Amino acid sequence: MSDNRQDDEILGKAYDAKLMKRLLSYVKPYRKYVFFAILLNIFVAALGPLRPYLTKIAIDDYIAKSDYYGLMIISIALLFSLILQAVIQYFLTYATQYLGQKTLYDLRVQLFSHVQKLALKFFDKTPIGRIVTRTTNDVESLGELFSSGIVMVFSDVFIIIWILGFMFTLDVKLSLVTLSVMPILIYGTFLFRKKVREAYRNVRYHLARLNSYMQEHITGMNVVQIFRKEEDEFKKFSSINADHRDANIKSIFYYAIFYPGVELLSSIAIALIIWYGGGEVIQNAITIGVLFAFVQYVEMFFRPIRDLSEKYNILQTSMASSERIFNLLDNKTFINNPTNPIPLKDINGHIEFRNVWFAYDDENYVLKNINLEIKPGESVAIVGHTGAGKSTLINILTRFYDINKGTILIDGIDIRQVDKRELRKHISMVLQDVFLFSGTIKSNITLDNDEIDIERVKKAAKLVGADKFIENLPNKYDEEVKERGATLSVGQKQLISFARALAYEPKILILDEATSSIDTDTEKIIQEAIQRLLKGRTSIVIAHRLSTIQNADKIIVLHKGEIKEIGKHQELLAKKGIYYKLYQLQYKDQEITIS
Amino acid sequence: MKNLFSLKKYFIKYKSKLLWGFVFILFSNAGMVYVPILLKDSINFLQQSVSKEKLIEYSILIVVTSLVAGIFRFLIRQTIIVVSREIEFDLRNDFWNHIQKLPLRFFQNNSTGNIMAHATNDINAVRSFIGPAVMYSIDTGIRILIVVFIMLSIDWSLTLLALLPLPLLSFAVYRIMKLIHEKYTKIQEKFSELTTRAQENYSGIRIIKSYVREENEISRWKELSKDYLNKNMNLVKVQALIMPILVMITGLSIIIVIWLGGMRVINNQISLGEITAFVVYLGILIWPVIAFGWVTNIIQQAEASMKRLNKIFREPYEIVDVSESSFNKNEIEGDIEFRNVSFRYNDNLPFVLKNINLKIPKGSTLAIIGHTGAGKTTLINLIPRLYDVTEGELLIDGYNVKDIPLDILRKSIGLVPQESFLFSDTIANNISYGLREIDFEKVVNVSRIAQLDKDVESFPNKYDTVVGERGITLSGGQKQRTSIARALAINPKILILDDSLSAVDTHTEEEILKNLKNFMKERTSIIISHRISTVKDADNIIVIKDGEIVEQGTHEELVALNGHYADLHYKQLLEKELEEIN
Repeated sequence: MSDNRQDDEILGKAYDAKLMKRLLSYVKPYRKYVFFAILLNIFVAALGPLRPYLTKIAIDDYIAKSDYYGLMIISIALLFSLILQAVIQYFLTYATQYLGQKTLYDLRVQLFSHVQKLALKFFDKTPIGRIVTRTTNDVESLGELFSSGIVMVFSDVFIIIWILGFMFTLDVKLSLVTLSVMPILIYGTFLFRKKVREAYRNVRYHLARLNSYMQEHITGMNVVQIFRKEEDEFKKFSSINADHRDANIKSIFYYAIFYPGVELLSSIAIALIIWYGGGEVIQNAITIGVLFAFVQYVEMFFRPIRDLSEKYNILQTSMASSERIFNLLDNKTFINNPTNPIPLKDINGHIEFRNVWFAYDDENYVLKNINLEIKPGESVAIVGHTGAGKSTLINILTRFYDINKGTILIDGIDIRQVDKRELRKHISMVLQDVFLFSGTIKSNITLDNDEIDIERVKKAAKLVGADKFIENLPNKYDEEVKERGATLSVGQKQLISFARALAYEPKILILDEATSSIDTDTEKIIQEAIQRLLKGRTSIVIAHRLSTIQNADKIIVLHKGEIKEIGKHQELLAKKGIYYKLYQLQYKDQEITIS
Repeated sequence: MKNLFSLKKYFIKYKSKLLWGFVFILFSNAGMVYVPILLKDSINFLQQSVSKEKLIEYSILIVVTSLVAGIFRFLIRQTIIVVSREIEFDLRNDFWNHIQKLPLRFFQNNSTGNIMAHATNDINAVRSFIGPAVMYSIDTGIRILIVVFIMLSIDWSLTLLALLPLPLLSFAVYRIMKLIHEKYTKIQEKFSELTTRAQENYSGIRIIKSYVREENEISRWKELSKDYLNKNMNLVKVQALIMPILVMITGLSIIIVIWLGGMRVINNQISLGEITAFVVYLGILIWPVIAFGWVTNIIQQAEASMKRLNKIFREPYEIVDVSESSFNKNEIEGDIEFRNVSFRYNDNLPFVLKNINLKIPKGSTLAIIGHTGAGKTTLINLIPRLYDVTEGELLIDGYNVKDIPLDILRKSIGLVPQESFLFSDTIANNISYGLREIDFEKVVNVSRIAQLDKDVESFPNKYDTVVGERGITLSGGQKQRTSIARALAINPKILILDDSLSAVDTHTEEEILKNLKNFMKERTSIIISHRISTVKDADNIIVIKDGEIVEQGTHEELVALNGHYADLHYKQLLEKELEEIN
């Protein structure tokens, strides 16, 4: 069974004081409440054990002495303690749960905010699913620790203390006799927890096997069916399924032993009370009321002990999740801002690349010695074959990645000298795969920026020609956009992303044209939209359209990370170099479709 | 309850074990309720004078009775709960056996996660019904009957008064559990909203960063988180009621016994021992009363889950052998003919293949070229009957493909799907997947043909290297070559490569094709590709566009035709030239 068990399947490592300390630091802001809750716990813990004591008084002092009035008073006292306990317990549970949920909230927000700051390098390397799990499921699994774990431990401990207190007040010797079964109960409970934990670990291991088998074979069902392996696979499935069943049946065994065992122990305790306490009663050393109270205490003892053993489990499971969470929080893949950034209030939009080298990993340069100047208002088209480095070129301009060598200047200022947020505010970016968020058309154009009012949204939409289809939607700009814009066409999504870029009124526009073929009508709208988009601002376009390269002020031909040719469309064609070949490959067909 | 009736066959299968369980319940309850009677008697003795021996006798009796009750309690769990796990096992086996036979269509319409949820959550809910729910409802039913009967015989009016609060408890538990279930569903919805939001944000991080919307996203996240917190607290409001209500109602019963019972003791109507017994009996009754409300909920949830499971069990197999067939050979030769074949995935969808007429003679190689979505994969999926044709006929060796037993048909076809799917197992096991047992010589042989052997030699455990999540990650090209080897291992009469060389470099591709030519002599090959280099040597090449064959012929013929094929050919030459420029 030591084979290939994955981290996630292991039930959690042993208690780790450092992790625990860090976890507790999240409760710190609420420590006043925690102290108050603990105090209240100490008080309310007494109310349960108080009642057998009161019944003892009822029996010995009133029933035995035929005092109707006294019996009524004590019954009312019992009722009062009952109501008090119920009410306090309700609010206490509510308060501790609130504390727990609030702590989870804090942690969830902290994690999310942290992830927002991480550089793209992090996202390139880490599967999105894993980051999502950290921010949601892993946080969730700390819930029990924060809500019931920390405060309720005190409740259990104090219930035990109070019971012991009352018992010893009533009769020391009888207490000792009754408690003689306790070591077995405590040992048994913790042993049971340990066994059940092991059994569950086993169950979980087999469940994980079962799940991954199903996951894998549902995904690859076509392979199973093509090779006619249904029968063999069924046998395999059945054996994994049987392992899972047997692991469960094994855990049933522990439960089947434990619960009757506890009942047996409490019967033994009662028998001891009858035997020893009964003897004392006969000798008039104690009263029947005491006996009666003891019988009730025996029943009361078990729950807090069982709860305590469960808390121990909670603690262990929390360790694994918290370690994963803290690992993410300790990840410091940032693109740092300068300590004293040069302000970049208004810019003209002059861009210069000076001897720029860039590699995603240390030495494999994707861009080599790039030198390029783009004057304000100039429109530049970048062309090149797949893998030439086009996307990288635009990614380094907004400091999504930092360059290895050289400098990039905007209006003569090194972009590493300015606040990257200020830098990005001047640059609008339209990506090839349009990303729409769930929300409305409007929220997708403004990205919830309050500075952009509906007039500006409409203006931007109109300019790119998106207004026509938007006005036709039942709710116009408030029309709901589903996840990833599932209900919109490819062309519509592009127009929305154009409107988004325009609504931000950037000085510099970066456009990575989508290659996907769309119908001729939409194509026409998009071409016009692009021309309006580029007008009057510095722009860099990774061009896939003939019209775009024809209208560009200059075309840059990237090939294997280097700038090979620069010039206008006709000049470059005449050269019969790389551009000429690219043109034949990518753009020539469009001549036919357009004309 | 009508859906849960379909579990009848499983109950019948384990009827003797269940019957024993029922007997054990009776015995254990008899023992359990006897203890308070002993307690009552011993306390009553104490008020008269009694010998120490009598006390010891009673003490021992108490311990022995609980021991006997405990043993039966142990046996109850070992029968009824164990049966629930056995039925769970059977049910899941039947479920798996069923879905394995479902057509590809089912797997395309249902997400993996969805199917998994049925196999785990729904079956689990049903199991809770079979085990705990059945056990507790019988157990508590019996116990309530016995205990109430004894209490009534001691003092009927005090019993009625003391039990007055208990039905209230049962009802409260039922209501609260129902509310909890509802609120919990809402929490889960909110939680999946959180997950979706995180997913969306992290996927769109480029847009968020480039428009500097991080702060805004954080505040939106806070809002949603707060919402989630409130939903949770909404649940807590109800959940926190459980303990207080429990304490209140049971406590109330005990107070009634102490007060009213105490008065009766003073009046000498009943004894102190009887009151003690009452208090202990109330303790015994609490759990059954709670369980009553709890079980009702489990049954409701199990019913809903069983309904979903039954829906899957009713899914038709669609692709099955015909009962009477004129086909009486043990294998097929490999002559394929499409006769006016049209296909659509569903009556409401447009045709994906339109009137295809095509002959692929035994021993020849057919290549298929066309854009994504043109219908290439659909066309070849018809051959092993992953789907059945909508109109027209597909013939193999002159027989309608539906007349050929699926076993013979599929075992003669080596299909390499577009997405090379490998199991997380050793390379040897993956390659010999279609064989009865591992034939190592064959594994090495087909690996050589698929040009995988050199790669495997470089792996730490050679052919015993585990691939996938728990082993090494293969490159796209290695995966493709492994799945080609897997298809070759079964010695197929028809080999189909669905764009299976796309991640393999051109040099290796050439080698593989050369080897295949030799291996597939006398047999039929079908190759789908986007690359001219892959298809140029085929005996026949077809170009598919929008579900129709638009061009057909050899490489030379098609280049001369100057159509789609020639255009693609020209472009790929240009690309090659570009690659070579430094």
